[in-house]
Amino acid sequence: MASAMLSFASAAASASASLPVHENLKGKTKIGSVNFGSSVQERNPFGKTKHFGRVSMTVAVNVSRFEGITMAPPDPILGVSEAFKADTDEKKLNLGVGAYRTEELQPYVLKVVKKAENLMLERGENKEYLPIEGLAAFNKATAELLFGAENPVIKQQRVATVQGLSGTGSLRLAAALIERYFPGAKVLISSPTWGNHKNIFNDARVQWSEYRYYDPKTVGLDFDGMIADIKAAPEGSFILLHGCAHNPTGIDPTPEQWEKIADVIQEKNHIPFFDVAYQGFASGSLDADAASVRLLSARGMELLVAQSYSKNLGLYAERIGAINVVCSSADAATRVKSQLKRLARPMYSNPPVHGAKIVANIVGDPALFNEWKAEMEMMAGRIKNVRQKLYDSLSAKDKSGKDWSFILKQIGMFSFTGLSKTQSENMTKKWHVHITKDGRISVARLSSAKCEYLADAILDSYHNVGLPEIGQQ
Amino acid sequence: MADSVFHHVVRAPEDPILGVTVAYNKDPSPVKLNLGVGAYRTEEGKPLVLSVVRQAEQSLVNDASRVKEYLPIVGLAEFNKLSAKLILGADCPAIQENRVTTVQCLSGTGSLRVGGEFLARHYHERTIYIPKPTWGNHPKVFTLAGLSVKDYRYYDPATRGLDFQGLLEDLGSAPSGAVVLLHACAHNPTGVDPTVEQWEQIRQLIRSKKLLPFFDSAYQGFASGSLDADAQPVRMFVADGGECLLAQSYAKNMGLYGERVGALSIVCKTSDVAGRVESQLKLVIRPMYSNPPIHGASIVATILRDKDMYNEWTIELKAMADRIISMRHQLFEALKARGTPGDWSHIIKQIGMFTFTGLNSEQVAYMTREYHIYMTSDGRISMAGLSSRTVPHLADAIHAAVTRAS
Repeated sequence: MASAMLSFASAAASASASLPVHENLKGKTKIGSVNFGSSVQERNPFGKTKHFGRVSMTVAVNVSRFEGITMAPPDPILGVSEAFKADTDEKKLNLGVGAYRTEELQPYVLKVVKKAENLMLERGENKEYLPIEGLAAFNKATAELLFGAENPVIKQQRVATVQGLSGTGSLRLAAALIERYFPGAKVLISSPTWGNHKNIFNDARVQWSEYRYYDPKTVGLDFDGMIADIKAAPEGSFILLHGCAHNPTGIDPTPEQWEKIADVIQEKNHIPFFDVAYQGFASGSLDADAASVRLLSARGMELLVAQSYSKNLGLYAERIGAINVVCSSADAATRVKSQLKRLARPMYSNPPVHGAKIVANIVGDPALFNEWKAEMEMMAGRIKNVRQKLYDSLSAKDKSGKDWSFILKQIGMFSFTGLSKTQSENMTKKWHVHITKDGRISVARLSSAKCEYLADAILDSYHNVGLPEIGQQ
Repeated sequence: MADSVFHHVVRAPEDPILGVTVAYNKDPSPVKLNLGVGAYRTEEGKPLVLSVVRQAEQSLVNDASRVKEYLPIVGLAEFNKLSAKLILGADCPAIQENRVTTVQCLSGTGSLRVGGEFLARHYHERTIYIPKPTWGNHPKVFTLAGLSVKDYRYYDPATRGLDFQGLLEDLGSAPSGAVVLLHACAHNPTGVDPTVEQWEQIRQLIRSKKLLPFFDSAYQGFASGSLDADAQPVRMFVADGGECLLAQSYAKNMGLYGERVGALSIVCKTSDVAGRVESQLKLVIRPMYSNPPIHGASIVATILRDKDMYNEWTIELKAMADRIISMRHQLFEALKARGTPGDWSHIIKQIGMFTFTGLNSEQVAYMTREYHIYMTSDGRISMAGLSSRTVPHLADAIHAAVTRAS
């Protein structure tokens, strides 16, 4: 009888998610008079709360205005770090969030960043509010870095650049601009894409739909599907493109494919919307990683580009990025910039100064800029080495003949392993390798030393877990 | 080539408050005075970085173990705890009972926006009452957050003081459960604060009508010079066991303007509710900017956790507050000396960074044109932008504006 009550109580607890019923019922068998059925329906718990220790204080005072609020699930990506922290196993590995680690698995603050911060402190700069659009020197530097200082879009002053809160904040400003000035317009996002993209557009109340991107059969790009879906979208849609190092798959179109993507976008009068989070970090070259953006802007298209300095300058927590809108005229750019400001002001008034000054100081000083490029090549190089090591370990251990070379073909911080949700869970539960449920691993957080262990985990998960069932994955 | 897809996007006007600085910067006059935005200036007219802030920054830079990894979505944990203690008091029962969730946000604006979005999603009453007048950005923040904005009477132009009766009537007729924005101290733009007795009446009214208070605390310590005194209204409300929202900013009191440091606290009935509320705040923040900036919050935490640095801070804070109070007296005396018509005692009665002069927009435009005085068109002046040297010029301008034939 008691256990039946307890299990029903647990069900009731999970249904309402607001009463810690089950833990208080342990050991209490005489509950007879309490009607669990109605306590699930009712949002007002105080009549029934006398038996529930922690909640009983609500009998004495009015119930909270927020009583009906349910516990939100942890963020699928950032929540991985939380789970990792809670994991006590010494073999644990955090391959979740995209934050770079050294071979010693330590976070890395670029030397050039430390130099810039020391310079800033020596100069004794003040902490006055930035303008709503951010630090002018930063905005100039970031647009030139992206497009090239000699690019006609820059020379003709056709780019509206507004400093944003890293990539997320810049995307959000752009989404707010779309919502206000392109009501009913859709954003097409790749399938799959970074998990937070859809949240950004949902909260900004911008409709989105997906275009085919990842082909699990080839562990490569479904190019025909991508082109077909972009073509089928209503004219004037915004097409969200990853400038380089696609997240989560690491699969980028080739230059020839970019040309065709540009063709179909122009044909349908779509607006390209780039997310550039890895410029310089993917190949090691700032210019090479900006090629896709420059290719489309060279076509004369108007486009949006969200930038982040989280990875390439290791400025994760400083929240530094920018939204750039390339317009067909300088006048349009001025107007667009003024409206971006109007969206930023009621969100946070003006952006944080520290990260912006670091970037401006580094990009503005030739010696520091060269040092930055060298450190970035080093980081990108380490990731390429780790990919090689992982591939070697997998190929050596795996007798099934599966082709793991996609690990070498993919580029950037992440590798899309092709592991299913259950297989990914096995990685975490059995092997204490924490990854996101989509099978994405952050190779930037991997050391050569751990590749063997990781290979074992991947092979076990791939071959022994979640054997294919109809409708799985 | 086709016309721009942005052809229909019109040019927005400059932000009324921040636009004052834009206009000021363009003016070549050597006697120009910027009394627009609320940023503290020294007697020499220079921005001030507090000495204790520099110390904190030095220690951060010297600490080789510091990294720049993403903060959690809710921000720096130590900063959050210390911020809650600062405004609510270290021995606050609500804190001890774990009934307060505090999340780091982008200064005051960001805290208000995140709080507003949370309420729009999870609270049954989607109307927020804001005082008339209030900071120019308040209505925009709450409207974009998804709330509908109404106002309650606050400033009485006849007395240049509080329209207390009007306030009580308007809040009294608000629908039960409505949200009410309250300036914790140093009301912006008027500088007019309720007395302790008036605050108590406001509290009783709000609790009896089950209205939900949302405090905007941008000047703790900066108004009277005392951190505890300036926190009294907030603490009165929390002491009665009720719920409230609270936006804190360190822009002025720690001079961290451009670092964008602030916190949103939600005081709940139970710790269980607070936990769930926090989880939902994260869902608001993640699609907005993912996680907050580390630098400013680290400076604040460094100072608040260290007894000596904290004491130094209180001294520097009091010095800023005292200088502003001194400017008030100097301006009042200067107008008296010129025999400027009208009762100018509100200059010394009002509190905080701003004085609501009572000048109208024509008079303001005149002062800008003829005397190169830059201020917002509602007649608000930032006392923090004045010095002993510039008070006479401002007094001349006010005198001229008030006495000229219209």
